[in-house]
Amino acid sequence: MSGYYFALASCVALVVFLVVLLRRRRLREKYATTWIVLALGVCGLGAFPHLVEAIASAVGVETPSNLIFALALMVLLGVCIQLSIEITELEEETRTLAEEMALLRFDLESLRSTVDAAGGPTDTEPHTSSPT
Amino acid sequence: MTSARTSDLLVVVPAWNEQEALPGVLDELHDALPGADFLVVNDGSSDRTSEVARRGRTMVLDLPVNLGVGGAMRAGYKFAARKGYGVVVQVDGDGQHDPADVPRVVEALTSAEADIVIGARFADKGAYVARGPRRWAMKLLSFSLSKVVGTRLTDTTSGFKASNRRAIELFAVDYPAEYLGDTIESLVIASRAGLTIRQIGVEMRPRAGGTPSHNPAKAALFLGRAVLALVIALSRPSRQPNGATS
Repeated sequence: MSGYYFALASCVALVVFLVVLLRRRRLREKYATTWIVLALGVCGLGAFPHLVEAIASAVGVETPSNLIFALALMVLLGVCIQLSIEITELEEETRTLAEEMALLRFDLESLRSTVDAAGGPTDTEPHTSSPT
Repeated sequence: MTSARTSDLLVVVPAWNEQEALPGVLDELHDALPGADFLVVNDGSSDRTSEVARRGRTMVLDLPVNLGVGGAMRAGYKFAARKGYGVVVQVDGDGQHDPADVPRVVEALTSAEADIVIGARFADKGAYVARGPRRWAMKLLSFSLSKVVGTRLTDTTSGFKASNRRAIELFAVDYPAEYLGDTIESLVIASRAGLTIRQIGVEMRPRAGGTPSHNPAKAALFLGRAVLALVIALSRPSRQPNGATS
């Protein structure tokens, strides 16, 4: 019976950990939803192990634990694909930002050289002290 | 360093760690094209590429990170689109392309009524001969890409390209950064958007640094990646040049 309580406690700990991450804004809500749904599902199965057996026989899996393994693999695969998509988006955003930064730096440099040529105020020295 | 647009023609040189070859290439470009503007896109180089590029009328865009040739070129096209250039010519920074060919490639834009003109090394000029699997890969690529764009292309991975205003506006928003995307996929994107692509023959010179690889395993990898790039590019939904903002 101790195994049952251990499994249940682990599931509850997972939910609490996710909620804490979410509250501290270490995890964005768009990723957390998946995880919380998953954690609650695991809690449900942990609390009522007979549920797994019922589902396993309903979908035609002989050993209930194999159903859990298959589901776990699918969930992990899904998470990996989602992360790949997010990384691709981030790379595209980084690329756009790098371009914009290079273009802005170019404009800044040409503006500065124009101002220098016109004898205007220069930025070559910090404005910390003023001549007395 | 100048900042204002003095010409309608912008020569863009993507450069990544090219401090050895770049000054010579830029001097030659200045001699061959006295009326043009020049832009070096420094693709996050770790050497002194950015400093050596600031000579003559050359303008320099410094990318803070390395984005690859495609990334550097999209930055260049964005620059050209915003400053209002009418023609962009891409020239490699390693001295492979002869600056004397640039006027011919630009001229072909109007004479062949094309939006993009590729300076191709196999089109009846030049002494470059690829052998073995790499040659088969290039043949297969040029065959299938020729079908896609509807004109005979012999050198699909050439980095010597002239683009008119329509192509510049398209490439400023949609230019792939992936490996081979800047050459193969960009042609598919342009052709899908209804742009006309032509090629003319140019002579390639030996690169100032580095040697082309003749390793069969590398050639096979090149073929695999090229075919993958082509298949993915063809399966993508197309985008119209006028639908995008510049």
